[in-house]
Amino acid sequence: MKNLENLFSQLPFATVEQKENIYNLTVPKENLYEVASFLRKNGFDYLRDIVGMDYGDTLGVIYSLSSVENPEIILSLKTTTSDKEAPKFDSVIDLWDSADLYEREAHDFFGICFENNPDMRRLFLRQDWRGFPLRKDYDASPEINPVPFENENLAEMETLPAIDVMNADDKFEKHHTVFEKGEYVVNFGPQHPATHGVLHLRVSLDGEVIKHIDPNFGYIHRGIEKMSEAYTYPQILHLTDRLDYLSGTMNRHAVCLAVEKGLQLEVPERAHYIRTIIDELTRIASHLLGWGAMCMDMGSITAFVYGMRDREKIMDIFEETCGGRLMANYGVIGGVMADIHPNFQKRVKEFIPYMRKMLKEYHLLFTGNPIARGRMDGIGYLSREKAISLGATGPVGRASGWSNDTRKIEPYAAYAKADFKEMLRTGGLTFDRYIIRLNEVEESLKILEQLIDNIPEGDYAAKTKAIIKLPEGEYFQRVEGARGEFCVYINSRGDKYPYRIKFRSPSMTLVNVLKAIVPGTKIADLIMLGGSLDYVIPCIDR
Amino acid sequence: MEVKDIYIRNMKTGDFKENEYLEEYLKELRANGVNIAVQKLDDLINWGRSNSVWPLTFATSCCGIEFMSLGAARYDFARFGWEVTRNSPRQADVVFCCGTIVHKMAPVLKRLYDQMAEPKYVMAFGACAIGGGPFKSSYHTVMGVDQIIPVDVYIPGCPPRPDAMIYGMMQLARKIKMQEFFRLPKQPSVESRHCEGDSPKQSIDETGLLRSATNDEAKKGGEQ
Repeated sequence: MKNLENLFSQLPFATVEQKENIYNLTVPKENLYEVASFLRKNGFDYLRDIVGMDYGDTLGVIYSLSSVENPEIILSLKTTTSDKEAPKFDSVIDLWDSADLYEREAHDFFGICFENNPDMRRLFLRQDWRGFPLRKDYDASPEINPVPFENENLAEMETLPAIDVMNADDKFEKHHTVFEKGEYVVNFGPQHPATHGVLHLRVSLDGEVIKHIDPNFGYIHRGIEKMSEAYTYPQILHLTDRLDYLSGTMNRHAVCLAVEKGLQLEVPERAHYIRTIIDELTRIASHLLGWGAMCMDMGSITAFVYGMRDREKIMDIFEETCGGRLMANYGVIGGVMADIHPNFQKRVKEFIPYMRKMLKEYHLLFTGNPIARGRMDGIGYLSREKAISLGATGPVGRASGWSNDTRKIEPYAAYAKADFKEMLRTGGLTFDRYIIRLNEVEESLKILEQLIDNIPEGDYAAKTKAIIKLPEGEYFQRVEGARGEFCVYINSRGDKYPYRIKFRSPSMTLVNVLKAIVPGTKIADLIMLGGSLDYVIPCIDR
Repeated sequence: MEVKDIYIRNMKTGDFKENEYLEEYLKELRANGVNIAVQKLDDLINWGRSNSVWPLTFATSCCGIEFMSLGAARYDFARFGWEVTRNSPRQADVVFCCGTIVHKMAPVLKRLYDQMAEPKYVMAFGACAIGGGPFKSSYHTVMGVDQIIPVDVYIPGCPPRPDAMIYGMMQLARKIKMQEFFRLPKQPSVESRHCEGDSPKQSIDETGLLRSATNDEAKKGGEQ
């Protein structure tokens, strides 16, 4: 901690506030880049998220930073501008690789320009969209933006907007489009079963070797963040399940924890245990689907059917206790929606040995298969430094040797009571990303085994007021989703609606990873590399 | 008029709850009598068609996962001859529209639908595809796929259970079974009664395809 104070003392123009493990650093707009590069040099090598903000009369950005050595400390770097017509900030794209997509997102939603970022296209909305939807004065009337009946013009999609070239050396002059003239570009998606959703990749090829790719998002952008600003907190919970539907309960957990923290609500121990068990079951279900889908991408339909078969066992447990199969809709603010079904513990206890047996079968069927190994070995290398810089959390980062498990860093719910290992590998190759998911299933089974018999008696939910009003302030909560660190940032002004809510999507950085690892590989491997990253598109698009 | 002869895999008419619209449809089809030779041939062709419907894999979000469950071992829609999921719209008979359709996706879906060969069908899976669902208040959501393309079967749920999906599939199979294959262009608009109100009016153009009246582009696409 002393170290940190030392660090801040070298920043004379920054005001520092501390709230538990979160340090808020407010700097003037002019010094943003200077401070950011200073922090980057002094250990803050992981840019978690960039949150665009509309404070009413000013626009701002919040950079959420952490260092790999002290991951429990979160640093929020804030800055604002009063220029609402043409808001501009310095880009941090050369400091963190993950900044690229985040800056484009802030540009898309708030119209903020980041100087020196050459790619200031819209990220989610069509290039011809009028207005910036997350601004408070946005006019959402459908006449302004009617449902289009024409496909988006591809040339328009790849043209980088003309920016005022600030540097004298014309650094960005020659790159006005993503692709050079005469490049062979293949459209991949948005309607393609192997993209795991509606991702649109534009792939530039040299023979069958990929030169680079340009991902296009937004084909399932539903504007959840904007909708949430008009919804009460219990209503928002239902939307979080539909972000990353494969780790829906974890997303919900994050929002519940953030609101509970704000209300200083004492959640019964029983609810913590139930939530943890449900989260782990969801993680297993998600990894099984991820495993099955990846194997199917490599041509093994059997693996997919096996994965889905075992996933159905978890769906049965959910159906009994939560009432829903895929959408569990189970967590509420203060606990869970209903008590567990009398069969719940029995079912989970039956499932654990069954799953262990099946894992062995998976390894026999696929892991050792020479054809599968031939496809996976030595392909798609992601180094540890690159993983951190790209912000690739979750199994992908851990397969590259970056220890980033939120369950260990900041134990929430009942994770502190369970004894489990964080799975780490050092290879960073496709096979590491494949095997780490199966290993995590094993660890999740261990957690389940320890908790299932020890669910304490008591209430399953704390009593809350009929109308939940969050006190004024900022709330931040991170949880470990199936794909990585899922974060929720809530800015409340003491109302029953949030002023601004932002979800950090772990999948978005994974598409950035895809962009980083595919150049030089064959086009046939693109699908499999996407499968090994296991991103969920509705989580990216929100 | 009683529906006597629409059965699908030993499931009689009485096994289904929604028969009214099929009865009306049948009345309309049989209004001027039926040529017995053509009808027998129709029956044979429709028996084959209704038992081998090839869906297009079109899943945008959550409902797609339930669609995958439907294709996997437990629910297994291969039992009904629906398992040949096609990735190309040229080879598909039916679009399973699983998930929310947003502004950016709408032209893509429209184009996929136009690329499909006749006769083609659409099934709207889940609340979002029916009418915007939980994202009704969003600035970027299309309030139901029937704003873009005509829909044959609506399956409610968020997401619908695979059982519900099978029920919807059976409804479509029954519809296919009673159609007159040789006179297909005269297909009446079943869905126009379903989506009264804010959705655009459906009309039957000269090619006999269902098109939204507000969309001239659609007609062009159909004629090509």
